Amino acid sequence: MLRLAVDDLYHGVTSLKLARYAGILFAIAVVGGVFKYLMRLGVIGISRHIEYDLRNDLFAHLQTLPVQYYQATPTGDLMSRATNDLSAVRMMVGPGFMYLVNTVTVAVISIACMIAISPRLTFYSLLPLPLVSLTAWIFGERIHRRFERIQAQFAVLSARVQESLSGVRVIRAFAREAEEIEAFRDLNREYLERSERLIRVWGIFYPLLAFLSGLAALLALDLGGREVVRGHISLGQFVAFTVYLAMLNWPVVALGWVISLFQRGMASFRRLVEILDVVPAIASPPRPVRPEAWPRAPLEAWPVAHPRPIRGAIEFRDLTFTYPGADRPALRGISLAIAPGQSVALVGRTGSGKTTLLSLLPRLFDPPPRTVFVDGVDVRDFDLGALRAALAVVPQETFLFSATVAENIAYGRRLTDLDGGAADASPEAVERAATIARFTPDVRGFPDGFRTMVGERGITLSGGQRQRAAIARALLRDAPILLLDDCLSSVDTHTEDAILKGLAGEMRRRTTLLVSHRVSTVREADLIVVLDDGRIVERGTHASLLALDGRYAELHRQQRLEEELEAS
Amino acid sequence: MIDHDDDHLGRAYDHRLMRRLLGYLRPYRASVAGAVVVVIADAVIQLAGPWLTMQAIDHGIRERDIPYLDRVAVLYLTVLVAGFVLGWLQTQIMQRVGQRVMLDLRMALFSHLQRLPMAFFDRNRVGRLLTRVTNDVDVLNELFTAGVVAIFGDVFTLVGILIAMSRINPELMGVAFSVIPLIFIVTLVFRARVRVSFRDIRTRLARLNAFMNETLSGMSTVQLFGREAHNMEDFSAVNAGHRDANLQTVFYHAVFFPALELVGALAVSLIVWYGGRQVMWTSITLGTLVAFIQYTQRFFRPISDLSEKYNILQQAMASSERIFDLLDTPVDPRAPALAPASRFEGRVEFDHVWFAYREPDWVLRDVSFTIAPGERLALVGATGSGKSTIASLLLGFYAPQRGTIRVDGRPLAEWDLGALRRRLGFVLQDVFLFSGTIAGNLRLGDPALTREQIERAAREVHAHAFIERLPGGYDAPVVERGATLSAGQRQLLAFARALACDPSLLVPDEATSSVDPRAEALLQDALRRLMRGRSCLVIAHRLTTIQDVNRVVVIHHGEVRETGTHADLMALGGIYYRLYQLQFMDGARRPAQPNSNGANGVEVPDSQVVDTRLDLS
Repeated sequence: MLRLAVDDLYHGVTSLKLARYAGILFAIAVVGGVFKYLMRLGVIGISRHIEYDLRNDLFAHLQTLPVQYYQATPTGDLMSRATNDLSAVRMMVGPGFMYLVNTVTVAVISIACMIAISPRLTFYSLLPLPLVSLTAWIFGERIHRRFERIQAQFAVLSARVQESLSGVRVIRAFAREAEEIEAFRDLNREYLERSERLIRVWGIFYPLLAFLSGLAALLALDLGGREVVRGHISLGQFVAFTVYLAMLNWPVVALGWVISLFQRGMASFRRLVEILDVVPAIASPPRPVRPEAWPRAPLEAWPVAHPRPIRGAIEFRDLTFTYPGADRPALRGISLAIAPGQSVALVGRTGSGKTTLLSLLPRLFDPPPRTVFVDGVDVRDFDLGALRAALAVVPQETFLFSATVAENIAYGRRLTDLDGGAADASPEAVERAATIARFTPDVRGFPDGFRTMVGERGITLSGGQRQRAAIARALLRDAPILLLDDCLSSVDTHTEDAILKGLAGEMRRRTTLLVSHRVSTVREADLIVVLDDGRIVERGTHASLLALDGRYAELHRQQRLEEELEAS
Repeated sequence: MIDHDDDHLGRAYDHRLMRRLLGYLRPYRASVAGAVVVVIADAVIQLAGPWLTMQAIDHGIRERDIPYLDRVAVLYLTVLVAGFVLGWLQTQIMQRVGQRVMLDLRMALFSHLQRLPMAFFDRNRVGRLLTRVTNDVDVLNELFTAGVVAIFGDVFTLVGILIAMSRINPELMGVAFSVIPLIFIVTLVFRARVRVSFRDIRTRLARLNAFMNETLSGMSTVQLFGREAHNMEDFSAVNAGHRDANLQTVFYHAVFFPALELVGALAVSLIVWYGGRQVMWTSITLGTLVAFIQYTQRFFRPISDLSEKYNILQQAMASSERIFDLLDTPVDPRAPALAPASRFEGRVEFDHVWFAYREPDWVLRDVSFTIAPGERLALVGATGSGKSTIASLLLGFYAPQRGTIRVDGRPLAEWDLGALRRRLGFVLQDVFLFSGTIAGNLRLGDPALTREQIERAAREVHAHAFIERLPGGYDAPVVERGATLSAGQRQLLAFARALACDPSLLVPDEATSSVDPRAEALLQDALRRLMRGRSCLVIAHRLTTIQDVNRVVVIHHGEVRETGTHADLMALGGIYYRLYQLQFMDGARRPAQPNSNGANGVEVPDSQVVDTRLDLS
């Protein structure tokens, strides 16, 4: 269009015709704009959908991976993949793809038009083009490598800061602040040096690209000018040619950027696939035993006893268990049968294997085959979800989520609607569970009662409060087997008594496994088992173990002395 | 990274913050000035292309003057080369300055952290502080390199184009710029919408990441309570919210960028129409028209970058605000320090000291005791009685609310704390080893120590034998926190570290970590050798250590309850007596245990104490 306008200008033209040309020029731009609008909406939109799906898949997969995986993989690493890498992949399928299409389209069209004007001129003015590709290729590679080296040093830098902050007491105690600062400065200098190495390449790269595309324009100007003078092409053709060539500038520069987007995107995608390819080490067997979900009592009637498909018999049969990667077993030759409704207390020093024993029932770690049974069925044969649904656990350390108190207590059951409606655990049920755990008086003191937010954006609960919330949470789960792992360590003896009294009713209806350091907590249990270094060393009731005068009796004496001391 | 309270975004420009930020450029004034010159020169060079094209068309081609055309081409080549050099210079200078400013900022933050009071570290999580020094500074890098330079360059290019156009043909410039109000309208509408949805996206992303982080951290609870399906629903909902918020901005972008290009096209069309008529009437040349078209195209690119620059600026302001907040946290007030004598006597006095981490929960109540030079005093008490707090106070980590602590008769506040700490040998309860080498960790107190000196210290406390057996010996690498060494080995290293700097006052805060009896005996003997001939304040967790001290002070619920020798206190039959009985029972139980840590005791890595691994939930 421009060509015709210019040629007409040269030969004389009416202003009406000019207006038409201008109108057509604008119309072309409108059509192009609509295309660009559609492409952006389409390609970038799709990339957002892909990001959404990928993130969902990642999350779903992560939820199937066992505890062991999370012990070996820092959360920070997983988070960085779920954020940085995911966004790099999106940049590749979104803007990367869009600019690639854009670049190719523009390049093809402009080169085609240029050839139509003058193949010879096209050939000469595109001579610098291979050089551009070569530059992008060579520099792209180097920039990438140097960039990675900078990232590596950045990681070292971060680790140093982290260490220095964690060890701040030692640094102060040894008055090492100045040396720390010096060491940090050295790492920073190295970082600076590596950055400058990148800058050196980087600083040449883009100006060089601009130079090369300028060179093309120069060739077009000089050679094209001669062509016009010689009368091979018209002045309009010449002007049009330079405009087409100018249109090539941006795509050529964008190409380098697109290439790096693709490089990073592919590397990030590989890092994501690494996670997605991890096969969950602990999962349901191909043909799992699925006990019928027991009918939970109607909420008005809760808590009441009711028949359950899983009765709650537990057996450990000559169980020897070694943690993955450890070289000594954590449990050795454990044999223990627990009848439904029985309460069993596990006692022993730190590291004796109590918590390990509890963690094998829900298969947080996998016991060897045919060693751990629930209702006579190997736990490994159960449907994983069904097995865990039969267990209510109060872990040693309570993890509460950033949600309301009520939502946290109802965590094991669905609490869809606090204000009535179809809820699986009513506010009344939540409160009843909290009352048994002696948590309700505390909750009443919170600013919004049961609707108070817990966690980083809400209130911080004390250790004792967290433990009582966890007990309420487990009670509300209303499962046939209750596992209490040292769950009263942070409450005072008075509260402990009250909670134990409330729990007594619940424990009668359930099989209970209870871990504790305190004699006062375990004395009422049907059976007390003393563990030491992964073995059962004593078993009996409170009275019979005291009569045995072994390790349990000693623990008992020691704790009485401690109580006296505390009171003095 | 996922501190959601860090995710709020404020204004894109804050004069106060910007001035303070620019202050960091002051040491590089010369470079910055150079960069400004280069940027201006570059802008001028950028303008030369269209002008030369104009000359070539009007005088070279139309007048069929090929030598003239060649001269223009040579000039054009010169311009290109100059542009290359200037572009290179610009990146070099600004990136270098940017990197140096980052270095200065990181150093300022790090040095500041080294001087903040200990209570600050009790309140602030390491992760958050780490983010300040690393990520937040990095965001500023964007500002200094990409942002400032580009904005500078853009502004100069725009001004340059304006000047060039007005010089060539002011009338045509008016025509070209008649679309500028349109640009403003489009941009303003777009910015208002995008700002809202940009903030929306940030909060949604923060929620998304917080949700994921929390689920990952509490995964065992999630799995135990069978929450996976419910979680998945919640997560998809948040994820979908994030996606939809993004799609909204995609729509805005999809409208904005083509709209802007359209306005550009409109300007070109106007020039063709209006300028073409003038060419017809020969009031302007064809070359002018072509140059104008090119100028107009160059004019629109910087404007379309605007939204991106806006984001950079906004994030940089948020980051710098957080950085300056940290830098403005007051440091330990340092009294005019008296330099300590190269060797002081080692007299310590606690004079009616009251201390609470948070009033009114007093951890220490009216604690008084003295240590004479050369005396060995032990603090005894149950866990949580306040013993270790006494050591922290003596180190000057915290200041007591009431009462005075004196060293060699001078109040602690008068001492140069750094220099004083160098003369005190602390063996902290939590043995913290730094990554590096064994030798590096032993030289912690004094980097100038020779290999012989540290070896002698290691030999003295029985650490030499196991160090020699490590691959590399004294140069064996220590990974973060010494994770590959056993508790006993770490304890011996801590003894050697304290002994190596030959302290005047030794403060061993014994570890409670359980080691087997053989290692225990080794540790006890090492400690005995360490204490020989020095003033000592032993924070005793095991009463076996007490055989070697002159005097025992019993701390109970933050108060001094009993003082005397071991024999005195046993005869008294009070708290000490009961504590001793408890310890005795515990001790009596120990030998009955199978030797759980292997034959050589100290060499078994901690990782075998597997029970602690389950504390994931």
